[in-house]
Amino acid sequence: MIKSIIKYIKEVLGGLKSLLKGMRVTGYYISHPKEIITQQYPENKDTLKMFDRFRGEVILLHDENNEHRCTGCTACEVACPNGSIEIISERVLNPETGKKKKEIDKFIYHLSMCTMCNLCIESCPTDAIKMGRNFEHAVFDRSLLTSVLNRPGSKLAPGVED
Amino acid sequence: MTSIVDSLVKSFSSFNLDIAVLLPVITLIGGTVIFLIMAVNALIAVYFERKISAFMQDRLGPMEVGIFGFKGGKKFWGGIGQTLADAIKLLVKEDILPNNADKFLMILAPFIIFTGAFLTFIGLPFAQNIVISDFNIGIFYIFAMSSIGVIGVILAGWSSNNKWSLYGSMRAAAQIISYELSVGLSLLTIIVLTGSLQFSEIIESQREGWWIFRGHIPALIAFIIFLIASTAETNRGPFDLAEAESELTAGFHTEYSGMKFAFFFLAEFINMFIVAAIGATVFLGGWMPLHFGALESFNAIMDFIPPIFWFFGKTAFIIFLMMWFKWTFPRLRIDQLLTLEWKYLLPINLINILVMAFFVLMGWYF
Repeated sequence: MIKSIIKYIKEVLGGLKSLLKGMRVTGYYISHPKEIITQQYPENKDTLKMFDRFRGEVILLHDENNEHRCTGCTACEVACPNGSIEIISERVLNPETGKKKKEIDKFIYHLSMCTMCNLCIESCPTDAIKMGRNFEHAVFDRSLLTSVLNRPGSKLAPGVED
Repeated sequence: MTSIVDSLVKSFSSFNLDIAVLLPVITLIGGTVIFLIMAVNALIAVYFERKISAFMQDRLGPMEVGIFGFKGGKKFWGGIGQTLADAIKLLVKEDILPNNADKFLMILAPFIIFTGAFLTFIGLPFAQNIVISDFNIGIFYIFAMSSIGVIGVILAGWSSNNKWSLYGSMRAAAQIISYELSVGLSLLTIIVLTGSLQFSEIIESQREGWWIFRGHIPALIAFIIFLIASTAETNRGPFDLAEAESELTAGFHTEYSGMKFAFFFLAEFINMFIVAAIGATVFLGGWMPLHFGALESFNAIMDFIPPIFWFFGKTAFIIFLMMWFKWTFPRLRIDQLLTLEWKYLLPINLINILVMAFFVLMGWYF
């Protein structure tokens, strides 16, 4: 009898305590407006900076000499679960060694099919591609979502295949 | 204490009007005042509810609508025109009545809810002499009127001819019938101290100090129970099973649209204001300023703040507490709801009132 009364009182006090704990969390947030994470998007377009982990699109990195690091191994194409990457490569005669060598002609990327799963970036042996942070992809024509990632006239950076 | 009705009768009596003319005039003036207070209260409360809920959940809430291009601020006040725009939208919206609904009852339901909320304002004392009518059973009257609303809720659920509406209204009925007991008993705990049901006397008895301080532990327990039970009685979260969005779309007002929906919405906020005002009057001293026995200069500063601000400040404090509850706690299940009332609140309340009566008998209060 006494035991059940003590249990009852303990239940009531424990319940009150847990309720107060919850109220402390919300009370903290309402007294600290700096914690608000909402972005006022169209207004802060100029200052908006997406965080590092954000995945917006696949980009092929180019350096200042218009050189990329893609060897055309198609590891990313194989890794892609929904076929959003197509690599068209060709064999080009190297004038120095006199041998034919594989080079990418077009790195085609279908943004409309991409799910931003990051598998292509992880599978790339030469770190040629990475995830960009641009997210403003809305267009009026679906064909605009298919793009060639390697810039015209770009070459493979020397030393990547060594 | 002279009420507004009393002073109106006195000032009109010089015209030698017949009572049949006088009565409608006075009723109209009083009614207009109440309606204005209700509308303004709802406008402000909806805005604060949306902003407070947003800030508690790390959001910003409404930020786009201003008044004539004046937006108010970057965070809390950004979007002050939102509720005004919403009110205009609700006024001009198409009013839909479902084909198979009981049309007469469906139109009647929001009016019953609104009338119930409207009538309670008659007894509420806003400040010294600012009360529509001060009569000897004030708190009992308000208590009775505020439970009229549940008839409207049941009618709304039944007449909509929609199973979710009916579920919602049945839940609301079960909830209000159970929690009415706790609200009544927790108020009765303080009535034991005041010895009167008249609002002016309840407030007058707190001139020395508010009951929540003077009645120590039993009064504090009564206050907590009052907060819980009155939150449940206004059908607000965490007790909003009657309109549980995830289960019943919108509960009893699923089929309502336009201005009729606005009546339900308005009534919810008015009911919240009313229970907060009762709580402020009974536990926190109504329009009485905060006084500490010996601190003369402190008391003088507190006296300087007009009583109407004290009343609205205390009411706003309790409304804020209720919003805090709503946006912190998850919704209860119907069996948990009834367990809370019948196994916890009611027995604690009964013991509490007994303890309080004993305290009063022995004079163990300040």
